[in-house]
Amino acid sequence: MIYLDNNATTKIDERVLEEMLPYLREDYANPSSMYDFAKKPAAAIKEARAKVRDFLGAASEKDIYFTSCGSESANTAIKGVLNCNKEKRHIITTKVEHPAVLNTYKEFEKNGYEVDYIGVNSQGELDIEELKSKLRKDTALVSVMYANNETGVIYPVEEIAEYIKSKSPETRFFVDGVQAAGKIPINVKETQIDLLGISGHKFHAPKGIGALYVKPDVRFTPLINGGHQERGMRAGTENVPYIAGIGKAAELAMEALNYEQKEVARLRNKLEEGILKNVFNARLNTGVKNRVPNTTNIGFEYVEGELILLHLSDIGVCASSGSACTSGSLEPSHVLRAMGIPFTALHGSIRFSLSRFTKESDIDFVIEKMPAIMDKLTSISPFQDELEVLRKRKG
Amino acid sequence: MWEYSEKVLEHYRHPRNVGKIDDADLIGEAGSLACGDSLKIYLKLDGNVIKDAKFQTFGCGSAVASSSILTEMIIGKTLEEAKKITNKDIAEELGGLPQEKMHCSVMGQEALEDALKKYYGKDEIEEEIGLSKSGDKIVCTCFNVTENQIWEAIKVNGLKTVEEVTNYTKAGGACGRCKGLIKDIIDTYYKKEVKAEELTPTQKILKISKVIDQQISPQLQKDGGDIELIDVEGNKVKVKLIGMCSGCKNAAMTLKAFVESVLKDKVDSNLEVEQV
Repeated sequence: MIYLDNNATTKIDERVLEEMLPYLREDYANPSSMYDFAKKPAAAIKEARAKVRDFLGAASEKDIYFTSCGSESANTAIKGVLNCNKEKRHIITTKVEHPAVLNTYKEFEKNGYEVDYIGVNSQGELDIEELKSKLRKDTALVSVMYANNETGVIYPVEEIAEYIKSKSPETRFFVDGVQAAGKIPINVKETQIDLLGISGHKFHAPKGIGALYVKPDVRFTPLINGGHQERGMRAGTENVPYIAGIGKAAELAMEALNYEQKEVARLRNKLEEGILKNVFNARLNTGVKNRVPNTTNIGFEYVEGELILLHLSDIGVCASSGSACTSGSLEPSHVLRAMGIPFTALHGSIRFSLSRFTKESDIDFVIEKMPAIMDKLTSISPFQDELEVLRKRKG
Repeated sequence: MWEYSEKVLEHYRHPRNVGKIDDADLIGEAGSLACGDSLKIYLKLDGNVIKDAKFQTFGCGSAVASSSILTEMIIGKTLEEAKKITNKDIAEELGGLPQEKMHCSVMGQEALEDALKKYYGKDEIEEEIGLSKSGDKIVCTCFNVTENQIWEAIKVNGLKTVEEVTNYTKAGGACGRCKGLIKDIIDTYYKKEVKAEELTPTQKILKISKVIDQQISPQLQKDGGDIELIDVEGNKVKVKLIGMCSGCKNAAMTLKAFVESVLKDKVDSNLEVEQV
């Protein structure tokens, strides 16, 4: 199997699993307990928190809260901050956020909040000027993702954070960092970012663990009330094995950042160039330089995405699509639509996302097989005349 | 991941009759590129028999499979026989489709209808499937779905909810603004249906008795109770709860939420249940 869907989820690193196993077997004590048996789990949480602190470049481990996933991190940040500042009822976000964020704002909108959704250009880049122009005195929260999950485009969150603090110091700024963590360096203490959420399973920890960075002076309310865990901000007995797992994964991801930036980027570029060169109906949906190193999004014109994925799956290749048919929602990707990707390629857009486990031979295999798949699938398409034009253009 | 039947997998992997017939006698089209799926079907006739059929499809796995199996179903059939094929037949022939994918089978049927219209003339085909001329009105502007298409999907597949109509026709699946209109169409359809099926008093009593015996009573027996039909007066159904049910404090709820709703659904929406 060739796994090129790492923006959806990643393989658990063996070393992460090893780190977790003792807490699933012998060291099962509740870290809040008083006896010596609880010392190891308690120490594991402390160690993991320090690793995540370093991973995000936070000033103190006190700024790190463990959650169950990226969606929980986002919900805690958004609801927690808005709860503490109920007089301000204006929010700014983007049209291309993850549903975990977007649908949370839709709820606030229903409850009378005013939300501005900032658009992107055809390359998926954020309209910063539009965002700046929307900032008001009563803006409670601005939220922009660090990198987009479908296109990999990185947004200038540091610049946005500076601008917000200089114009409206009371406005909070939340960054959904799920797709950036482990792919590019993050250093929150050097920025004006107030809150930043991550999810473990996107960087080789298991599913079911996330983290939220909150700057010390930022007030928020907990999403889950109960015990004193996470300094009262996230109740529930700590998920020790998974916390140990995300700590280890963070440590390993930091070590691998250089490899990710150089080698994963090289393989991604090779895949991208290979497909564009060999497949006559392929078009790059965005080729901007400022992308996370592992992601490419390619539109195959006049062919539908699910059909491509099924044929890729038949030869053991896993990727994903912005096509309506893969989600059951009937509507194609909101990100690609915000970019204005033409209909001819919109439904046939495929995202390939690599990881540090991707091998050169994986990439070579996909480049080799793609033309034959596309020849078969385009032959079924009713748009033969249009395809002929593309074929000639490609020479 | 969709749960596709073996037959669907076989047909998207190895679609039959792909391509174009250059001297086709009839060509039918459905769907559009913008909507994410579209189908063209070509028919070659020998008298009124479909001698050959080919297709070209832009769409997902189940759209290709629906088109492919449709060509297999119609080759060798007379036009009269082909006219009777519904989306349900296509889905059944494929060993079933996921609910959210039923619209793929509908697209197959629409393309076939479109081709046959050119032979029989539009009016005759529409009359055949019970459609009105004013039904060309577009209900869902996102996916260009007409009132007639929705009407037909309700009729052929017995659709009851807006969600089902969306799964079968895509209507209402994007902005959702037409959901109210779709609800109206469903309501209008069932009002007509109920009238058409008006029962004589004796037929009604027999049907009520049958539904109670076969569908309601066995459920109550599971909880150690039972029900007895005492009398029917107009739309009032008089029943007696027995066994565990008779003393149950949820008896009133059982009557309304279960007994009455089953009878309304299966016999007549005007029925009311009373305990005696």
